[in-house]
Amino acid sequence: MPIEVYLNVAASGLLTGLVYGLMALGLSVIFGVVRVVNFAHGEMMTLAMFLTLVLFNALGLDPLVLLVPVAAAMFAFGYLLQIGLINPFINRPEHSQFMLLVAVALVLVNVQLIVFGPDAQGIRTRYSFDSFQLGTLIVDASKVYAAGAALVVAGALFAFFRFTLLGKAIRACADNYDGARVVGLNVKRLYALTFGIGSACVGAAGAMLMVVSDVTPAIGPAYTLLAFVIVITGGLGSMPGALLGGLLIGLTEALGGVLFTPSAKSMFAFALLVLVLLFRPQGILGRKAA
Amino acid sequence: MIARLLEGVPRRGLVALAALLLVLLVFPAFASGYLLAVGFLILYFAFVGQAWNIMMGFAGQLSLGHSLYVGLGAYAAAALYVHFGVSPWIGLGASIATAVLAGAVIGFLAFRFGVAGVYFAILTIAFSEFARIGFDHFTWVQGSSGFFLPVTNYAANDLWNLRGSPTMFYYLMLGMTAGAFVLCHALLRSRMGYYWLAIRESQEAAQALGVNVFRYKMYAVMISAAMTSLAGIVFAFYYNNLFPEQIFHISRSIELILGPIIGGIGTLVGPLVGALLLTGLAEGMREAMLQLGIDVPGVKQVFYGVCLLLVVMFLPNGVWPPLAKAFGFERRSTDRGER
Repeated sequence: MPIEVYLNVAASGLLTGLVYGLMALGLSVIFGVVRVVNFAHGEMMTLAMFLTLVLFNALGLDPLVLLVPVAAAMFAFGYLLQIGLINPFINRPEHSQFMLLVAVALVLVNVQLIVFGPDAQGIRTRYSFDSFQLGTLIVDASKVYAAGAALVVAGALFAFFRFTLLGKAIRACADNYDGARVVGLNVKRLYALTFGIGSACVGAAGAMLMVVSDVTPAIGPAYTLLAFVIVITGGLGSMPGALLGGLLIGLTEALGGVLFTPSAKSMFAFALLVLVLLFRPQGILGRKAA
Repeated sequence: MIARLLEGVPRRGLVALAALLLVLLVFPAFASGYLLAVGFLILYFAFVGQAWNIMMGFAGQLSLGHSLYVGLGAYAAAALYVHFGVSPWIGLGASIATAVLAGAVIGFLAFRFGVAGVYFAILTIAFSEFARIGFDHFTWVQGSSGFFLPVTNYAANDLWNLRGSPTMFYYLMLGMTAGAFVLCHALLRSRMGYYWLAIRESQEAAQALGVNVFRYKMYAVMISAAMTSLAGIVFAFYYNNLFPEQIFHISRSIELILGPIIGGIGTLVGPLVGALLLTGLAEGMREAMLQLGIDVPGVKQVFYGVCLLLVVMFLPNGVWPPLAKAFGFERRSTDRGER
């Protein structure tokens, strides 16, 4: 195969990887602060995608505009989930938290199945068949827009955590739970905000992914796994790590699909994950656990 | 030996166990084909739950990839049987060897490199997913199109080749579950069992006291993997078909650990109670849906999920510990360190 094919596939993998990265960023933010692994992450992703679909069919707006209301709705969902269910579990053992979120995932995926049915559904935008050409490189316009939006949202998130008082307060909770309480922060509310923010990331990523991909309720667990793989590769709790992990996994899967068979592509992502776990368990950009 | 095993077990606990065993033994005489299948499933989940419990409940290592051992065990014995006509009783050697090897590799990599907690759990998922996709492309066992065992009319039960009626499988599974129960009880009472509990409670403290943490965690993974692979063999010969997408899938791993978690992690009876509750609940719901004429896929699972949610929220240690207390089944000596 000519080299251009690989370049095209790699470019497309990297662009999709950015959207995956944003989804994983949500997981990473939640784990980094609340210290709970969100096993319902992929199910929340499909929920966001279905929300986008419904709004698109009702309003006919561009998914990248719908990103805002979807992210807002997912923020509310995450906030309430943390307040109602997860906060009482903060000091419970890991397997207990895991069970809670597995139960949430089970409910979510099946409610979606009841409401939206089992079939794959997608949307078509004005630019669905457009593409950009850069020399020999041809990339889908929709992927470029989605990846661009992912970068914007991720950038906004970085700025929020670095420059705003609220962002700093949340980082304080992540760094030192007791210390944050001593200085008078309302940790439970900040946890809820964090879970909301993580969910909003998923909401935004879901709206973007809707531009380039179809959705079924059954795909949820696969997205959960994908988010795990990305976040652990990049470094659980590290925000740039999640984006980097997304890029790497997007690239690995795309190239694995061309070099071998497309159905085996996730195997390469898992192989990468195993390598990272063995040689750098904290992830490429992660900090060593204390 | 037997006296040692019985030491400290309250008499009414023994009586209850004997009664339960009796009920399970005569159950097939009264059960319809459907109920027998449900009974088989309950025993199956009790068995794999017990096996998983060795790793998580005893040694404190959270594995979310136990479908790997089920699948490897199932495929190894089934492939030997189909390709070479090897009896599963001989093939189980290959099943155990494969599963133990896989467990040893995962354990070695994880424990040597200090992969623990959530990271360990996700490493186990990664390996089972890796196997799932790998077996999808493994043509010797037909890849993703599924591997089928020859099915004939069951005129007579052939226990040697595990070809026979559901009743035979029920009793086989009953024997395995009872065996696993006794084995786990014995393990808990052994030196290794105490080491495991020590590691579960505090790895650093155990190490400081001179417990070879690495070795005993490896033993836990390997024993758990070997037991789980046996369940895989029965699964293969009972259902007669194997699909990588089903047997290695993460939802299988989650399904098999729900029982012990709901029942009570680290307890001996927990996996039994959990399997009974969950399978009973799922099948009861299927029946209720049928009666009510609700035919919407997913309704059953939503209800299932909500029940799970309620148990996790309100019974953090599982269903069994409070029940044991209420019935006076707790061990007399409380200094044993068992939950």
